Amino acid sequence: MNLSNSLLLMILASSLLPGLAIFFLREGSHRLRTWLNMFGALLKLVLVGVLTWGVFQEQSFETRWLLAPGLELVLHADALSVLFVSLSTLLWLVTTVYAIAYLEGSPHRSRFFGFFSLCVTATVGLALAGNLFTFVLFYEILTLSTYPLVAHKGSADSVRGARIYLAYTLAGGLVLLVGAVWLQNLAGPVEFVEGGVLSQLPTELHGQLVWIFLLLMIGLGVKAALVPLHGWLPKAMVAPAPVSALLHAVAVVKAGAFGIVRVVYDVYGIEFSADLGVLLPLGVAAALTIVYGSARALMQDNLKKRLAYSTVSQVSYIALGTAIFGPLGTIGGVVHLVHQGVMKITLFFAAGNYAETLGIHKVSELNGVGRRMPLTTLAFSIGALGMIGIPPVAGFVSKWYLGVGAMQAGMAGWVLPVLIASSVLNAAYFLPILYRAWFRPAGAWPAEHIVHSKRETHAGLLWPPLITASLALAAGLFASAPFSPLEWAELIAQREYLR
Amino acid sequence: MNEAMALTIGLPLLGALAATVWPRRSRCIGILTLLGSGASVTWLFALVMRHGEAWQALGGWQTGLSIALHADALSSLMLMLTALVALAVSVYAIRYFRAQPDTSRFWPLWLLLVAALNGLFLSADLFNLYVTLELLGLSAVALTALGGKRESIRAALRYLLVGLLGSMGYLAGVAILYAAFGTLDMRQVGAQIGVDPASEMALLLMTAGLLLKTALFPLHFWLPAAHSNAPAPVSAALSALVVKAGFYLVLRLWSEVFPQAISAPGAMLIGALGCAAILWGSWQALQAQRLKLLAAYSTVAQLGYLFVGLMLLQLTPAGPQRELVFGAVILMALTHGFAKSSLFLAIGVVQQHAGHDRIAQLDGTAQRLPATTFAIALAGVALIGLPPSGAFLGKWQLLSASLAHGQWLLVLVMGIGSLLAAAYVFRVLGHAFGNAAFASRPVNVASEEWPALALGMFATLVLGLGSGWLWTFIEVAA
Repeated sequence: MNLSNSLLLMILASSLLPGLAIFFLREGSHRLRTWLNMFGALLKLVLVGVLTWGVFQEQSFETRWLLAPGLELVLHADALSVLFVSLSTLLWLVTTVYAIAYLEGSPHRSRFFGFFSLCVTATVGLALAGNLFTFVLFYEILTLSTYPLVAHKGSADSVRGARIYLAYTLAGGLVLLVGAVWLQNLAGPVEFVEGGVLSQLPTELHGQLVWIFLLLMIGLGVKAALVPLHGWLPKAMVAPAPVSALLHAVAVVKAGAFGIVRVVYDVYGIEFSADLGVLLPLGVAAALTIVYGSARALMQDNLKKRLAYSTVSQVSYIALGTAIFGPLGTIGGVVHLVHQGVMKITLFFAAGNYAETLGIHKVSELNGVGRRMPLTTLAFSIGALGMIGIPPVAGFVSKWYLGVGAMQAGMAGWVLPVLIASSVLNAAYFLPILYRAWFRPAGAWPAEHIVHSKRETHAGLLWPPLITASLALAAGLFASAPFSPLEWAELIAQREYLR
Repeated sequence: MNEAMALTIGLPLLGALAATVWPRRSRCIGILTLLGSGASVTWLFALVMRHGEAWQALGGWQTGLSIALHADALSSLMLMLTALVALAVSVYAIRYFRAQPDTSRFWPLWLLLVAALNGLFLSADLFNLYVTLELLGLSAVALTALGGKRESIRAALRYLLVGLLGSMGYLAGVAILYAAFGTLDMRQVGAQIGVDPASEMALLLMTAGLLLKTALFPLHFWLPAAHSNAPAPVSAALSALVVKAGFYLVLRLWSEVFPQAISAPGAMLIGALGCAAILWGSWQALQAQRLKLLAAYSTVAQLGYLFVGLMLLQLTPAGPQRELVFGAVILMALTHGFAKSSLFLAIGVVQQHAGHDRIAQLDGTAQRLPATTFAIALAGVALIGLPPSGAFLGKWQLLSASLAHGQWLLVLVMGIGSLLAAAYVFRVLGHAFGNAAFASRPVNVASEEWPALALGMFATLVLGLGSGWLWTFIEVAA
């Protein structure tokens, strides 16, 4: 199985090596940089395709490297990691296209794309992590590699936003580290195994395990933006649009949510977590975050801030699904990892297009933008309707499974009201935007950077949101097709509950 | 068979002599000498790896009369650190001193310092250790004074007095041991040490003297001034190697000569001082207005971690768990050595290009000096203890040991220390990413930027991802 062992390393290297090479490129060599970027992204996509097929066939993929006694770097692919890897690989490709167009003519692009690639490498490493130590390692590297991206513009605002981001995530990382070390002291090296590994520990340790769970959830909750650990996310909005897309849909927030899923299913095990009684507090925290985030989003006039609070709310659906004991809840949470990603990245691309093309940053400036930029606005509308949960866009599928799962688990009493309230709030902050965009007459644009010609904006900015919007639509329409996110989530649930 | 040890000490000594005799060729002599002694360190390293340890009695006399040399895992790792850091520092020093009128004074002193370090790591005899300690202190003081400014002279003078006081303490302890046991060989003394007044008095005097030289809080008062006023290559060597030598001796004495005489409260006291050093040093680094001062206070804090490790080492009973803590302490010392020398060299580059090292006015460094900024970031990652640096692995083991002993206070201190370190590192990087650019000519001299970058990579990538062998090495050789 030599090839299958090196496959995981190749997946990491396909973004790491181009990224390192890009650091050494002169600022002026645009073509070579673009070529390297696209080559890495496409190669990774192919490799991940091979991996997906292999994991579907129940082939095992593993690479180990000893760093210190008891501390092993383990890369391992299972159904859950494939879900996250393929999401971030696909969206990375689209975001790279977008970023190349977005940053055209701006300085320090070699630095930007270098760290951009490092960031994706860290995300993929985190997705493929086979034990808690490796996860923590990549979790911290992700923090480090995103800092320069958030601070990229170099204005006082960006540097401040980046500092706040760093303060939150490093503190969170530290709490996670303490939790992980403590857990390893009790249970030895913690490998991720479907069904969990901790249920064999003697009962007198259960008290400590609850405390460790709390530490891990705090550490992961910072990146997943669980209230009250979400403060960095709206502040990090100063970053360039592709970075926001990356933070919200591909890498950082997702890393936190993915970590929560990992810890609950593959470290503690869903049944053992339910026995320990830690699922209900997690569910309540997620529910509070969902409602709070939506309520705050309602009050924002700044478009990116509104989207940021919307992320706070939407990502917690994943945590909520995790906290619902039962396969349907699991499916709803896990599938939302993908669905939220494609929908939210569409929204951020569109918001970036408004800002780059017309200088629009506020909701109140969007009047009539649908006629000036119909395709961008179409993509935005699909994303927004999906977030509200209107069929046939993907968001509906997630909410449906969460709702049914909650009923099955006997948690309908409080989960359903939360879902309904949040959907109403989602509608309340998205529908006015759509109304303004499509039905209000246009005024003067704040600053028209790209003059209307054959296309509404630069092609490299236009295609990515259209592609991701189509993906969001397809994930809902063809939810029961083979290899759809839903089908894959069902595969994961099957493997989690039947082992 | 063991000429490697004699060469390791002898070559830099000869080099120092040669550099004095032919000052015009001193640069060439310096680099060649260090390459040569580096090669002999590698040879020695291979010997220790194969046999576990190496002995030699110079002069052919019996132990006790001759100059006994001894190398094991700990000393060969420290020698390797010294060799690599010294080489990088020397390459950088050629560029750094080019602007200075009289560069020939640097090389003899610098080679003498390396010889003293190598001698210290190889001596198996308490009195020879004293000799190397004095030689090390004197050459370090002279190098510090090379800055030539009034502040550097003053700092060097204070450094000299502190160093002499520390050596006196150490020597007094050695005298007591010789009077009590009639030998100076470390193993023979170690075999006879017990809980008696002579042993305890010697332990106290020697440890106190060495702590003064190692600048453990609150005996660190001399360090920030000395390390921040020396020329950049000298600062790098002082922070990365010279204070490490003091720590090495404490570690060696505590674990091989005095283990019987050390009481639990003594160990706790060292640990408490280590904690105070972490917090105070990091806090002062955060307050510092100048880069070099920041780096110097960061050294105070990082030494704290080593002493916390020393305490955990004393608390842990012999066994695999203790090996882990021992390895963690060594790994942290090595990582800090590489990281701090990288940081000081990078600061030197920034200082020479910007004309100053005031942190608040360094906006735009990332644009003008990308490789140097990257070196600062790599060093910073190691200082904070984030992956993929060696310090991350070390910190993981220290945290694990603290939790195993129920020492939650230590966990808290290490956590706060890491966050403070992150705050002072990213305060610098935040400015570096700022837009306002300082006036500077573009850098295209590899020998100026590469040494810092290489050292930073060693601290953060090599020791983090490629140090798995180190643990077995320590186990085999111990």
